[in-house]
Amino acid sequence: MLRKGAIRKGEYFDSVTLMTVGRELSGMRGVLDAAVVMGTRENRAILENAGLMVPEFSSAGEADLMVAVKAVDEKAASSAVAAVDALLDAVKKRKSAASPSEARPRSLDAALKVLPGADLALISVAGRFAGQEARKALESGLHVMLFSDNVPLETEIELKRYARERGLLLMGPDCGTAIINGAPLGFANVVRRGDIGIVAAAGTGLQEVSSILSCEGAGVSQAIGTGGRDVKENVGGIMFLEGIKALAQDEGTKVLLLVSKPPAKSVLKAVLAKLKTIKKPVVAVFLGAEPELLKGTGIVAAQTLEEGALAAVLLSKEGKKGLASLKKVLAGRRKQELSAAKKAGSRLKKGRRYLRGLFSGGTFCAEAQVLFKGRLTPLYSNAPTAGGMALEDSLTSREHTVVDLGEDEFTVGRPHPMIDYSLRNRRILEESKDPAAAVLLLDVVLGYGSNMRPAQELVPVLREAAKRVAVVCSVTGTPQDPQGKLAVEAALRKAGAVVMPTNASACRLAADIVETLEAP
Amino acid sequence: MISKLFKQDLNVVNIGLASFKESLDSARVQVVHMDWAPPIQVDGAALRFLRSRKSAIEAANKRVLARILAGRPSLIGLGKALDAVPGMKKNLILHAGPPITWERMCGPMKGAIVGALLYEGLAGTREEAERLADSGEIEYSPCHEHCSVGPMAGIVSASMPVFIVRNEEFGNHSYATLNEGLGKVLRYGAFGPEVIARLKWMEKVLYPTLKAAVERLGKVDLKSIIAQALHMGDEVHNRNRAATSLLYRALAPAVVRTCGDAETAAKVLEFIQGNDHFFLNLSMAASKAALDAGRGIENSSVAVVMARNGTDFGVQLAGTGGDWFTGPAAVPDALFFPGFSKKDANPDIGDSAITETGGLGGFAIAAAPAIVQFVGGRVADAFDYTRQMYEITAGENNVYQIPGLDFRGTPTGIDALKVVSTGILPFIDTGVAHKEPGVGQVGAGVLSAPAEPFRKAVEGLAARMSKGF
Repeated sequence: MLRKGAIRKGEYFDSVTLMTVGRELSGMRGVLDAAVVMGTRENRAILENAGLMVPEFSSAGEADLMVAVKAVDEKAASSAVAAVDALLDAVKKRKSAASPSEARPRSLDAALKVLPGADLALISVAGRFAGQEARKALESGLHVMLFSDNVPLETEIELKRYARERGLLLMGPDCGTAIINGAPLGFANVVRRGDIGIVAAAGTGLQEVSSILSCEGAGVSQAIGTGGRDVKENVGGIMFLEGIKALAQDEGTKVLLLVSKPPAKSVLKAVLAKLKTIKKPVVAVFLGAEPELLKGTGIVAAQTLEEGALAAVLLSKEGKKGLASLKKVLAGRRKQELSAAKKAGSRLKKGRRYLRGLFSGGTFCAEAQVLFKGRLTPLYSNAPTAGGMALEDSLTSREHTVVDLGEDEFTVGRPHPMIDYSLRNRRILEESKDPAAAVLLLDVVLGYGSNMRPAQELVPVLREAAKRVAVVCSVTGTPQDPQGKLAVEAALRKAGAVVMPTNASACRLAADIVETLEAP
Repeated sequence: MISKLFKQDLNVVNIGLASFKESLDSARVQVVHMDWAPPIQVDGAALRFLRSRKSAIEAANKRVLARILAGRPSLIGLGKALDAVPGMKKNLILHAGPPITWERMCGPMKGAIVGALLYEGLAGTREEAERLADSGEIEYSPCHEHCSVGPMAGIVSASMPVFIVRNEEFGNHSYATLNEGLGKVLRYGAFGPEVIARLKWMEKVLYPTLKAAVERLGKVDLKSIIAQALHMGDEVHNRNRAATSLLYRALAPAVVRTCGDAETAAKVLEFIQGNDHFFLNLSMAASKAALDAGRGIENSSVAVVMARNGTDFGVQLAGTGGDWFTGPAAVPDALFFPGFSKKDANPDIGDSAITETGGLGGFAIAAAPAIVQFVGGRVADAFDYTRQMYEITAGENNVYQIPGLDFRGTPTGIDALKVVSTGILPFIDTGVAHKEPGVGQVGAGVLSAPAEPFRKAVEGLAARMSKGF
């Protein structure tokens, strides 16, 4: 076994390109592990931990590329390092062959010359640079969607205050998705256009509600993401409030749908004060909040993303009177779930009694805990909320466990689990082999930016797992998404999974199945 | 107002993951993808301060650029360094780049100093010369601090003849030695007998002949020669063939008329016509004269000097007085002469980056398709480099133009603030010297300026401005 390292001075590639190259390397014959990363302090620590550090890297600067390989022998290591050169040179060549440099501006000023009418910047560079890029964009009068995470809190506050002063949107940081004027930004689904305006401080939550309402025949006017920290005390809901204000003024928006984990007290107060001034009907999903919080405000308080989306659909289609049928719709779903649970539970081996949820969407993991509260105990999670308790080791489930695979511990140095299924696929098989596991609960998120071959990559694993446990999933997306929701659902069903229309419904079913087992 | 956005067409600038551009493309949204690279990390307080003084800086930069563009450099005569160059002394040797001590000098610079001491008759052997050079009796100073520029090692000693260039618009002067040709030459660190003999011939024959010819002509308009040469395939740094020919055309009749001896006149003209780089020292002096007129305008972040001594790369800004901001010089990517490779190469050296500083050389590489081998082999690559440089300059040249870009003016006036904020580094054409003294040139190529001097320059500007100059 030996380690080999090389530095490419002053070369920059985006993280997705680098991770793709790293993955290709790891798959080469004789290569045990590999990483291709920029020479930042964080990345050095990652290499150190992975046993990939070599002395040469001490001279690498932040703007230099580090190539690290662990291989069985010198030959394998050298050919891996050479392969990096070939792969990256090919990327560079593709880039320069694709278009003349006029169309590949390197600064914002130059970009604005190419596209003088630009009105929004979509920023996804590494967090420590993102603030500066966002500032430049705002100064140039652009609205900003800041996809990047790891942006310091003070930077977020400063940017949002500045944006508010200038009447600009600053969505994010860590804003995974938004839909502005029908354009999918970041991870977004192809949804119908319509009159429901969404403000969300929860990325997958936004994807879920917009997909559900689109599948129900309604549509989205605008979907504004604020990033999860916006509704915390220190940011004060700046963009959540600005978003509400903008949708209130927007002629294309008839119904407002708000999605968030429970906002800080002061933020909630400000939001409620703002909503009082608005005549349009408002639905709020504050996942895990006590329903009393919104009592007497005239706001429709929904307990789940599903309920929120369906309420918004009814308001959009039939106005206030439409809400009367919401209960009926939900009760109908409940009936279906209970009968499906009986069937699934009867096929399980004795001794299997626990639920294992493996989520790629953080909001789904939170929603699951809200729904399992009081139903499944004890409940553990690496991202505990509602009734969930902290899971000591994120890699090892115990009793009832729900895991958010999008948390930092899983994503440092690798693509998000919505893109790269390999980590979760491994975990699915592991969990199914645990003799105490009864139900495997999964989310599958479609849309732009996500894995483009979800069915092909999941089916073999699910088929295997479904021999031992009940597999319950929901597919977030629409038939118009590039992956096609209907085809994906059909493939998962064929593999033996029970596919429910929403995450909430899948969660309820999963708990139902467990309850049939626990009944004496 | 945010809700106004909802009524207009969405046009997106994508900064970061390219896949997001593809998503927007397939949704038929207008999007331009920015080829982002990490900016140079500058002290946060300095950056905030400079941002708060943005308008003062922009106004100063505009003034500096206007002065650089208004410059009208002309060759007005020749003289001996001792008589012509300000501050020149018998025991003073001028060198390229920022200040440096003998111990820290690179091989080729040491070699060139040995050669200069032999040439001046101050030493008889290499060993003697090295002892003298290290004795403290010889003083060293950057060419740039004496209104002068020197290619590669840039060595100027008291007896050497120099061109005298005058900026007709502002009256300031600049100086440069006469170009010796390629191969084993002093500026690349060679100091063998043939090198010294050539320098002596240049002093005794070439210098008086050209001096008389230029006197007869009165002056030679360098700005117009450079402008024409750009239309003829030169970028007047790594390619000077057209400019040298134009200069030859201007000088030849006067040489014939003023030189008493036909054979001498022929030798002098043959020397010029045999050296495609004869004009280089003049394109450098012309750039120097133009840029020096922009010096000393407070608050400006425009570079008036980029220069290398083979060890350090130095930058001076119009708004930071005589301060040098330095960082280690890098080894260029180059095409090497047979028998040599990158491991023989000395780090970047010479004052010739004054051409890039003035909007020529690497900044005008799109004008010189004949030398695209240096930049990747395709003409498109050369265009790419020039186009990128527009993103870091204060403006475009009014006289120097690039035919292939529809006669667009060359990117001129490097703005250090733009360099750090875009991470785009100035692109420089260069010759490559062997790292050992006495060997000479081993190749030619290109490289990007290092980031460190620009980071320090921006921080230095902030420090100076906050002190209230």
